[in-house]
Amino acid sequence: MPEEILLMDNITKVYANGFVANKDVTLSVNKGEIHALCGENGAGKSTLMKVLFGSETPEEGRIVIKGEEVKINNPLEAIALGVGMVWQHFMLCPSLTIAENLILGMEPKKFGKFGPLNMAQANKVAQEACEKYGFKLDVTRKVEELAVGNKQKVEILKALIRGAEILILDEPTAVLTPQETAELFVQLRHLKELGHTIIFISHHLDEVKELCDRLTVLRLGKSVGTAIVADVTQQDISRMMVGRDVMLKIDKTKAQPTETVLKIRDLTYKDEEGRDIVKGFSASVRKGEIVGIAGVEGNGQREISEIITGLLPLNNGEITIDGQSIRGKSIRQIREMGVAHISEDRMTYGCSENLSVKDNIISDRYYKKDYKQGPLMNNKKLDSEVDELIKEFLVKCGDRNEPVRMLSGGNMQKVVVAREFSGDTRLIVANQPTRGIDVGATEFIRRKLVELRDGGAAVLLITADLNEALELSDSLVVMCGGEIVAYFEDASQVTDFILGEYMLGLKRMSDEEIGRVCYD
Amino acid sequence: MTSKQIEKRFDFFKTVLCVLISFVIAFILILLVSKDPFETFKVFLIGPLQSVRRMANVIELAIPLTFCGVGVAIMYSANQFSMITQSSFFLAACLSSWFAIYVKLPRGLHSLLVILMGAIIGGAIAAVPAFMKVKWKASEVVSSLMLNYIVNNFVAYFLIYVFKDKDAGFNASYEFHKSAKLTVLIKGTRIHTGIIVCALVVVFAYLLLYKTKWGYAIRAVGQNQDFAKYSGIAVASVMMYSQIIGGIISGIGGSVEMMGLFTRFTWEAPPTYGNDALMVGILARYNPAMVPLSALFLAYIRTGADVMSRVTDMPIEFVFIIQGVVIMLVAADMFLAKWKHKLIVKNAQKQIAVKEVAK
Repeated sequence: MPEEILLMDNITKVYANGFVANKDVTLSVNKGEIHALCGENGAGKSTLMKVLFGSETPEEGRIVIKGEEVKINNPLEAIALGVGMVWQHFMLCPSLTIAENLILGMEPKKFGKFGPLNMAQANKVAQEACEKYGFKLDVTRKVEELAVGNKQKVEILKALIRGAEILILDEPTAVLTPQETAELFVQLRHLKELGHTIIFISHHLDEVKELCDRLTVLRLGKSVGTAIVADVTQQDISRMMVGRDVMLKIDKTKAQPTETVLKIRDLTYKDEEGRDIVKGFSASVRKGEIVGIAGVEGNGQREISEIITGLLPLNNGEITIDGQSIRGKSIRQIREMGVAHISEDRMTYGCSENLSVKDNIISDRYYKKDYKQGPLMNNKKLDSEVDELIKEFLVKCGDRNEPVRMLSGGNMQKVVVAREFSGDTRLIVANQPTRGIDVGATEFIRRKLVELRDGGAAVLLITADLNEALELSDSLVVMCGGEIVAYFEDASQVTDFILGEYMLGLKRMSDEEIGRVCYD
Repeated sequence: MTSKQIEKRFDFFKTVLCVLISFVIAFILILLVSKDPFETFKVFLIGPLQSVRRMANVIELAIPLTFCGVGVAIMYSANQFSMITQSSFFLAACLSSWFAIYVKLPRGLHSLLVILMGAIIGGAIAAVPAFMKVKWKASEVVSSLMLNYIVNNFVAYFLIYVFKDKDAGFNASYEFHKSAKLTVLIKGTRIHTGIIVCALVVVFAYLLLYKTKWGYAIRAVGQNQDFAKYSGIAVASVMMYSQIIGGIISGIGGSVEMMGLFTRFTWEAPPTYGNDALMVGILARYNPAMVPLSALFLAYIRTGADVMSRVTDMPIEFVFIIQGVVIMLVAADMFLAKWKHKLIVKNAQKQIAVKEVAK
C-alpha cells in the first residue's frame, strides 16, 4: 500500500481581480512517485503549485503533508516542510559560483555564527551534494558560464540541499534540448530511487508517459481526475486535458474573404541563445476572414505576432501587408499601414498602469495632424473621442482621467481594444485577446473581432484557448515546436479532440496538406 | 469622490505631513543643541519674514532652484535620472560669461545673447550622457555624475587660464559689460528681470509636458517604456530630447543667475543648485507647475537656517538634516501606503452601498 505524502484537498484560490484559478482542486501524491500534473495553460497548475509552495494563500481547502495538516504562509515554511520548487525561470545569481548559489542563505561560517564565510566548507558541502544525487558539476564554476541544462541541475540541487523531499518541477523540459531532457529524466529517476517524491508539470504527453507513475489532470481550474500512467493512452490524457466545458457561442456568418492583406513566407526566428523558435512559418490572411493560430503557448506564436508588428526584427523570411514589405519599418510605420496589435502581455505592452484611461487610448494617435492645434495637442477633440470610445467599448471607469491600474483586468483589456480596434484597421493581430478576463468582457471582445471582420478587416487570432480558436476562426492553423503541424480550411469542421492531438504533438499533417495555407 | 481624487488629496496631505515631521525633528535637534531653543526655533521659522531684504533673499535663491528643478522635472518625467543639471547650470554660467565680457551689443539684446548661449551650452552638455545611454546603454546616472567632475575641473581651468582678470587680486573673470546684465526689478533688493524668464520657463515646461505631443511621449516613456515602444513611440529620441531640454533649461538658469546677481564670474567650484534641484523636483512630483512652490520652500528653510546661524548658536548645517528627512519621506512610496489603500477601499465600499440603497 503506497503511503500518501501529500494531500491538497479541495483547494480554491481566487485572485484579487476576481479570477478563480483553482476551484475545489484535489491532488494526492504518494511517497516516492513521480506524479505528473497536466493541463493546458491557464488550467491552474501553476496556481496550485504556488499554493503548495506558500506563494499564494488559498481561500478554501487544506494541505496535508505526511499525515499532518499544515498551513503554509510563505516559501520558507514550505522549504522547512520539505517542499522544494524548481522554477521554469531560474532563480540564480549568474555572477556567483555554483557552490555559492547552493549555500546562499545557509552559509557555513568560520569562527561561529557571525564569522566570515567558510568557502572551503561551502565547496565541500556542494561537492558532496553533487555526488550524492549524481550530478556531474564543477561547483567552483560561475553559473553564468553554464548551459541551460546545467543551470537547471543547480536549481534542483538548491532545492535538495535545503532538504526537499517533495520536489516540484514547473515545465522543466520547456527550456531543454532533447539530450538534456534525456539526462534530466535519468537524474529524476535516480532521485526517485533515493526516496524523493517529484511533481512534474508538463503538457508534453510523451514525457509524461515515459517518466511518470501517476498523473492528475486539471482543466479550467478544476481537477478532472487522477490516473495511473500505465493504464491510459496519450489519447486518453489529451481528451482529459482539452475537453470543452463552457460553450461561449458567438453568432457569425460564413466569412467572405477577398484580397490578401497579410502574407508571411518562410519566417524563421532564433532567440538570443540561438534556439530555433519559429521554423519556416508561412501563412496568409485575407480581408474579411479570421485565421486562428492554435497551439500551446511558447511554440513560437508570440514571436510571430511580435515580428509582424515590428517589436522583434524581421531577420529571415518575408512579411508583406497589402503587398508592401515590413522589412526595416519602425513600429509606428507598421501601425500606420493599418496594423493593430493586441499583445498577450497586457501589463507590459498593452497598457501603462499609471497613465490615465485617456493617455492609454491615445498612445497610437496622439501625434497625428488631426489632433494638432497650433503647437499643442487638441485636447478637446481627444477628450470627446476618448469619451466616445469609453462608451462604445463599455469601459467601466470613473472618468477618462482615472489611472488604468484602478480598473479590473477585463476593463483594462477593453481599454486596449478600444485603442486597437478604433482607427483605420486593415489587419488585427490579436494575441490571447481574452486571456484572464471575465466572461462578459471575453464575449464583448470576441463579438467585436467578428464585427471588424465583417467590416473588412483581416484578423490573425493567436490563442491557446481551444474554445476561442474553434469558435472564432474561419480557418485554423495549429502550431507545435515553432512550425505549423496542421491546417484546417474550415474551422467549423474541427473538433477539440482532433485539435488537441495536433497541439500536443501527437499527430502532424503532411507537408502538402499544410502547404494549402499559402493558397496563392 | 473617485479613487483618483482621493489619491491626489492624499499625496498633497502626505507632502504636508512630511514637512511637518521634518520640522518636529528640527525642533528636537534645536532642543538638544541650542541654549535658548524656543528663540532659535522662532528665528528659524519666521526669520526670513522679518525684513524685506530677507524675503528678497528667499526669492533670489528660489530662482536658480526653480530653473534646475524644472530641468529635473522634465528629465525625470521621462524616467531619465541624469544628474547633469549641475553641469548644465555651472558650465552655462561660466561659458556664457565669456559672451558678456568679449562681445559688445546693445542693452537687452546682449542679455538675450548670453542667455541663448547658456541654453545651447546647457543642452549640449546634457546631450552627452543622453547620447551615451541611447547609443551604448551607459547608465545616465553614472555618466552624468562622472561628467560633472570633468566639467568642474574644466570650469576651474577656464576661469584661471582663459578669462582671469590678473588685476582683480583673486580668481575672477574680467567684468561683464553693463549691457549684458539683467536689470534689478525691485529697488533695495537684488531681484532681477530673470524672474520673468523663470516664470516663462515654468509655463513653457508645464505646457510642453502636459499639453503637447512631445510631452505626452515623455510621460509615456517615463511610465512604461515597453508600452511606449509598442505604441510606436521612438523611445530613443524621447530619451535624448527630454535630457537635452532639461539641460537647456538648467543652462538658461546658469546664465540668468550670472547676469542677474554678479559682475564677474568667480565660481571655482559649482554651486549646489544642480543637486538641490533633485529635491525640488521630487518635492514637486516632477510637475513643473509645482516646482516654484517647492523651490520657495527650500529657499525659505535655507534662508531661515542662514539667519538662525548668524543670530543664534545653531550652525547652518542642520538644515541639511531637515532636507534629507523631507526627501526620504516624500520619496518613500510606501510611506503611509496602507492608510491610503484603506481610504480607497472604504470609499469603494461606500459607493457600492450607496448604489444598493438607490436600487
